[in-house]
Amino acid sequence: MNIKAQVKGALLAAMLSATALQGAFAAEDTIKVGILHSLSGTMAISETTLKDAMLMLIDEQNKKGGILGKKIEAVVVDPASDWPLFAEKARDLIEKDKVAAVFGCWTSVSRKSVLPVFKELDNLLFYPVQYEGEESERNVFYTGAAPNQQAIPAVDYLAENEGVERWVLAGTDYVYPRTTNKILEAYLKAKGVAAEDIMVSYTPFGHKDWQTIVSDIKKFGSAGKKTAVVSTINGDANVPFYKELGNQGIKAEDIPVVAFSVGEEELAGLDTTPLVGHLAAWNYFQSVNTPANAEFIKTWKAYTKDDKRVTNDPMEAHYIGFNMWVKAVEAAGTTDPDKVIDSIVGVSVPNLSGGYSTMMPNHHITKPVLIGEIQSDGQFETVFETPGLLVGDEWSDYLPDSKDLISDWRKPMSCGNFNVATGKCGGKGS
Amino acid sequence: MYRAIKILMLIICLIMLVPVSESWADQNNRLGINALGQGNFSQVADKIAELSRTGDIALVPVFEALAAGDLYVRKADKTVFVVKENGSELNLSDAVTGAPAGQGAKADFERIKVNNSLRRAVKTAIGALTLLSPDREIRLRAASSVFSSPSTDALELIETAITSEKDTYIKSVMEQARAAAILKSDRSLDDKRAAVKTIGERGDRDALGILSAVQANADGELRTDIDNTINALQSAQALWDVGQNVWYGLSLGSVLLLAAIGLAITFGVMGIINMAHGEMVMLGAYTTFMVQEIIRSSYPHLFDWSLIIALPVAFAITGVIGLIIERGIIRFLYGRPLETLLATWGVSLILQQGVRSIFGPSNREVGNPSWMSGGFELGGMTLTYNRMWIVVFAAGVFLTLLFVLKRSRFGLQMRAVTQNRRMASSMGIKTPWVDAFTFALGSGIAGIAGVALSQIDNVSPNLGQSYIIDSFMVVVFGGVGNLWGTLVGALSLGVVNKLLEPYTGAVLGKILILVLIILFIQRRPRGLFALKGRAVEA
Repeated sequence: MNIKAQVKGALLAAMLSATALQGAFAAEDTIKVGILHSLSGTMAISETTLKDAMLMLIDEQNKKGGILGKKIEAVVVDPASDWPLFAEKARDLIEKDKVAAVFGCWTSVSRKSVLPVFKELDNLLFYPVQYEGEESERNVFYTGAAPNQQAIPAVDYLAENEGVERWVLAGTDYVYPRTTNKILEAYLKAKGVAAEDIMVSYTPFGHKDWQTIVSDIKKFGSAGKKTAVVSTINGDANVPFYKELGNQGIKAEDIPVVAFSVGEEELAGLDTTPLVGHLAAWNYFQSVNTPANAEFIKTWKAYTKDDKRVTNDPMEAHYIGFNMWVKAVEAAGTTDPDKVIDSIVGVSVPNLSGGYSTMMPNHHITKPVLIGEIQSDGQFETVFETPGLLVGDEWSDYLPDSKDLISDWRKPMSCGNFNVATGKCGGKGS
Repeated sequence: MYRAIKILMLIICLIMLVPVSESWADQNNRLGINALGQGNFSQVADKIAELSRTGDIALVPVFEALAAGDLYVRKADKTVFVVKENGSELNLSDAVTGAPAGQGAKADFERIKVNNSLRRAVKTAIGALTLLSPDREIRLRAASSVFSSPSTDALELIETAITSEKDTYIKSVMEQARAAAILKSDRSLDDKRAAVKTIGERGDRDALGILSAVQANADGELRTDIDNTINALQSAQALWDVGQNVWYGLSLGSVLLLAAIGLAITFGVMGIINMAHGEMVMLGAYTTFMVQEIIRSSYPHLFDWSLIIALPVAFAITGVIGLIIERGIIRFLYGRPLETLLATWGVSLILQQGVRSIFGPSNREVGNPSWMSGGFELGGMTLTYNRMWIVVFAAGVFLTLLFVLKRSRFGLQMRAVTQNRRMASSMGIKTPWVDAFTFALGSGIAGIAGVALSQIDNVSPNLGQSYIIDSFMVVVFGGVGNLWGTLVGALSLGVVNKLLEPYTGAVLGKILILVLIILFIQRRPRGLFALKGRAVEA
C-alpha cells in the first residue's frame, strides 16, 4: 500500500466517520421524512390533501412511539406544481435535510422529473397515485394502482355486467391517459372488439367546452350497441365534463362513464344528483365498510378538525406505503435506503379495505380492485370487487414493447426491466 | 339442498306470519318484494321483471324506493322495508301497504344495492306498470321509458294502453314504443316493416339507435327498409350537425365574449394591460358561491333566484376591488405598460393565494338553479339551458355596455378622456376619477361574467388564469379599443373553433386557432376593427 492510497484511505475514513457522526447526531434527534407535494399551483387541489394525510400518519406513528425509538419529523416542501422544481426540492430534501425517505409526487411528469435525483442520491420515493405503468425503479415504490389494478378490471366489469360493446376512450392529453388508453385499446382488440367500435379522444389540460365531445359521444352511442366512456380525464376538466353530460341528458343508464381520476375529493365540488350511476375504479372508497377504514376516517376528521373532509384512494396508498416503510425500517434496524430496499420486499401491512397489501419484488403492491357507482351524496357505492388481490403489473402484457419484460429487485437479479425473451437485463422488448 | 329447504321454511314461516286478511295479490307481492333482498344484481333484475308482469300498479312505490336506494333488508328475517333515514335510526314502512312499521337500528339492516342495470330494469318495469296511469305526465314518461328500453315483455301491455289512450301525442309515443318492441319480437314481417316506418318518422338520434341495433340481424326486404331509413335519417342528421356546431360555436363565443368584455374596457379603451382581469372573474364566481351558501342556509326557497341576486353583489364587490387597485397601484403607472403588467400580475397572484387561503384549494360547489339545468331538443339538435342563458346573458351585457358607452354621460366622458386626455381635462372633466371608474366598470363586468361562468366551470382559485389568455386573444384579434371588434372577435373565434373541432380534435383545433391568429395579426396588427385617425397615433 503506497502513501497515496493510505492518505486516500484515511481521508475516506475521516469522511465516513464524519457522516457517521452526523448520522449519530441525527439519530439521537429524529428521523426525518420528506413530503413532496404541491401546495400551490394547479395540482394543489389534489396534493394538499396528501400532505395533510402524511402529517397525520406521522403524528399517529409518533404517538405510538415513533420508529427505532426515535420520533419521526416531517419535512414539508412545496414544489408548486412546477415539474423541474420537484427535482430541485427532492435534492434539497435528501442533501440538506438528510431525509430517510420521501413521500410525494402526483403527476407522472413530476415523478419522471425526480427519478434521476433519487437514483443519483440513492434515496426512497413512495409514489401514491395510480399511473400508467411501464416503469420500475430500484428507488421508487409504487403504492398506487398500475393499469391492471384499475383500468383493465373496470373494462371487464362494463363488458360483463353492462354488456358494453362500444368504447369511448376519453382522456387529457398527457402521458398517463395516452399510455393507459394504448394498453386498453390493445386489450380490447385482443378481446375481439372491432376498431370501429373504439373512439379515442384527447383534450387539453383544463378543457372547459365539452359540448362537441359530449355530442360526439352521444352520436357514437346511437349505433345500436351498448356504449360506455372510459375516462382518464384529469383534474379540473372533470367538473365541466360531467355538467355537460348531465345537461345533454346522458344518464348513467344509457352511457355509463367509468373514471380513473375522479374520487371523493373531485366530486366535492359538484352536485352529484345528475351523475348517480356513473362509475369509478379505485382500490379504495371512503364508503368501504371495514373497522380499519372507520377508524381511519375518524382519525382524519379529528386531525383536520373538519367533519366534511373526505378520504380518497391516494390517501390510502400513502397509509399503506408509510406503514410498509415503518415495518421495513424496523425489520432492517436502520433507515439506510439500501437496507430498506432489501427488507421491504415481502412486507405485508393491512390496507383499509379489509385485507393485506404486500410489497412485491417489482416494487408494486397487491391491491383489491373496487368498482363504485357515484351516489347522490358524493360518495361511491361499491358494486363490484375483485375476488382476490391483484399484483401490480409494471410492464403491460398488452403492449408489444413491454410484454417480455419483468422486474425483480431482489438479489441476485436486481433488475427493473429483465427481458425474458433475450434473457438480458435492460432495454425494451423485441 | 339444505339451504333451499331453509329458504322454503323461511318463506312458509313468512306466509304464516302474514295476517290472514291480506289478499292473495298482496301476499304474492310480499313474497316477490322480499325476494328482491336476495341474490346478485342480475337475479334481482330478473325478479323485478317477474314482478312487473303482474301489472300491479301498487308495486310502483316499491320500485321507486329501490331505484332511490331506500329499500332495506332486515338481516334477522330477510324482510324488505321501505326506509327513510333519520340520523342513525331508520324509519321503516311496510313495503306492500306503505303503513309505518316502527323504527330500527342501522346495524340491523342492509341496504339493497342498485347498479345501472338494476336501475334500467326498474325504469322499464315502472314504465310498463304506469302506462295506464290516469296522470298524463306519468303516462307520457312511461311511454318514453318503454321506448328507450323496449322489451317484448311490455308489448302486450303497451298494446292495451294504446287502445284506451285518448291523448294523440302520448298515443304516437306509445306507437313508437310498440314499434321498437315489435322489432325485437318475432312478429310477422309486415308488422316489422310497419314498425320501421313508424320509427323512421320519429327522425331523431334515438330512432337511429334503435334501427342500427336491429340492422345486423335483419335480412331481405326488412333489411332494405332499415338500410334506406337509416340512410335518410343520417343525411338529415348531418344537416342538423352543422347547425349544432354553429350553435356550439356561438355558445363558446359568448363565453369568450363574457370573459373578454371587461378587458375590452380596461385594456381596449384604457390601454392598461391588466393581468388581474381573470381574478376579477374568479372573485365574481366566489361571490356567487357565497351568495348561494347564504341562501342555502337561510332562504332555501330563493335558490332559483340566487344568480340574479349574485349579479349586483358581484358587480359591486369586484367593482370596488377594481377601484382600489386603480387608485392604489395603477394610477401611478400610467404610460409604463411593462410595470403595469408586472404589478397587475402580482395583484393577481395575491388575490389567488388570498382566495386559496380563505376558501381552500379545492373546488367549491356552485349549484345550478333549475332553469339552468338540463336541455331540450330542437329538431335534431340538443340545446342545453345553461349555455342558452349564457348566450342571452352575454348579449344583454354587451348591449348594456354599448348603451352606457354611447348614450350615457359617463360613457361620453370616458370616450373623451381616452381620446384626448388634456383636452377633456381642460373642459372640466376630472380625468383621474373617470380613469378610476372606467377601471371599476371593467372589473365589475368581469365580476358578473364570473357569476355566469360559475355555472359551467370549476369554482377554484385557478378559475381566472384559464381565461386571461383567451381574453387577451379576443381583444387583440377583435381590434383594441372597439367593443364591436370584441363581439365579432369572440364569436368568430368560437365558431371557427367549434367547426374545426369535429375534424381535428380539441387539441389540434386549439393549436390551429392560435396559428390562424398569429397569421392574422401579422397581416393586420391592429386586429379586425382597427381604430383610425389621430387617436391611434398618440
